[in-house]
Amino acid sequence: MSETAITGISQPPIHMRREGFDPVAELAELRDTERVARVHTPFGLDAWMVTRHDDVREVLSDSVRFSNAQMLTVRSALPGLEGMDEAEIRRRQAGNPLSFDPPEHTRLRRLLTPEFTLRRMRRLEPRIVEIVDEHLDAMQRGGPPADLIAEFALPIPSLVICELLGVPYSDRAEFQHRTNQLLDLSVAVPERMRLAEESRAYFAELVAREQADPGEAMLGMLVREHGQEISTDELIGIASILLIAGHETTSNMLGLGSLALLRHPDQLARMRDDPDAVEPAVEELLRWLSIVHSGTFKLTTTEVEIGGVRVGEGEVVMCALAAANRDPAALPEPDRLDISRGAIGHLAFGHGVHHCLGAPLARMEMRTAFPALLRRFPGLAEVPGTAGFRSFHAVYGLTSLQVTW
Amino acid sequence: MSGRVHLYADREVCIGAGLCVLADGRVFDQDDEGIVVLVEERPTGGEGVQKAVRNCPSGALRLSED
Repeated sequence: MSETAITGISQPPIHMRREGFDPVAELAELRDTERVARVHTPFGLDAWMVTRHDDVREVLSDSVRFSNAQMLTVRSALPGLEGMDEAEIRRRQAGNPLSFDPPEHTRLRRLLTPEFTLRRMRRLEPRIVEIVDEHLDAMQRGGPPADLIAEFALPIPSLVICELLGVPYSDRAEFQHRTNQLLDLSVAVPERMRLAEESRAYFAELVAREQADPGEAMLGMLVREHGQEISTDELIGIASILLIAGHETTSNMLGLGSLALLRHPDQLARMRDDPDAVEPAVEELLRWLSIVHSGTFKLTTTEVEIGGVRVGEGEVVMCALAAANRDPAALPEPDRLDISRGAIGHLAFGHGVHHCLGAPLARMEMRTAFPALLRRFPGLAEVPGTAGFRSFHAVYGLTSLQVTW
Repeated sequence: MSGRVHLYADREVCIGAGLCVLADGRVFDQDDEGIVVLVEERPTGGEGVQKAVRNCPSGALRLSED
């Protein structure tokens, strides 16, 4: 398979390149010198890459000048989507808040926000605790060594989001594999298009079942309370984005985060033994790991100046979140992991109206899972040489990590 | 900065991220729809309140010195 022929590039673009936990040195250098740079992206497009913390916040705060919805006009020129007319593309974007700007975005987002309030998360907490304990029990029964990714990091968020949405957990092997492939940018575009079709068919069936007999979970609730105002296409879109976003991200935080703690044993001990250390530790891990390389791309709707660079109308702008989260102008010694300083203000969940909807859920899961893991296995240790880092994926993470205790 | 400040929350703009509640849970709350509720409209302008306003993702929060 020739990556160059199909994706147009032979290696990940600079904002996606990592060495272990860290963005590559060239990215930091770009941030500290050029500030805004022209790069080639995985979608065969050239984009302006914004790297500094304050510049990224400015871009993400301004959905008028930096539009999500307008990006779809560009995508329709790209391989894979060229066969579709505008109506078909719009159908496929229905229900995905990331495809819209206010006011269409606002309507969609507000339908979902009540499901992710802090209060709602607190109600969910006992069930998350149960799910975490069940998986730790299974690890303990199986005895060391264990693959932390397969037995802890991946299944926990998967089960939680399935329960939240009303997706049968028995389907997880199927959708987990598909989602993983969909976000794997080294997979050829035609294959990912085929997977997207399969995924859509799966969610269409799920939605049809809920419409016939609404269950108690979120999808059923949306059908029952908003069935008149949300189209079937929107329900399919909502189910898709929440399921994909709901497990592919938190799972990578649990995996990479565990490895980061194992490699910083003094901080691991604090997170394990001091309940007050947990909340800031989660925020600092979010910042330091920045697993989502960039948010959605934006298209400028007018000529803009960002980071001292003049960008024309109709140009693609992309935010390098890992670079921004390690901007020395934003905090001292940004490349150091220091769980005692973790504060809100990082950009791991983005910023602006598209700020991660699932952030409260992700935080709740991490606040529960990390300490539980560390307390259950106080002797937890990495098996050297078994940590596999993803190389070319929309979300950074580990493919495997063997641990003993 | 411990003088009182006047807080403004635009409930139409708020996306319910809840960062303000994380920053200062005595001053900010969310209603059942997830939208911001000001528990105190004229709190003392402590670090938490400053952080909440600065980090609000949607820009729904503003403050002015009293």
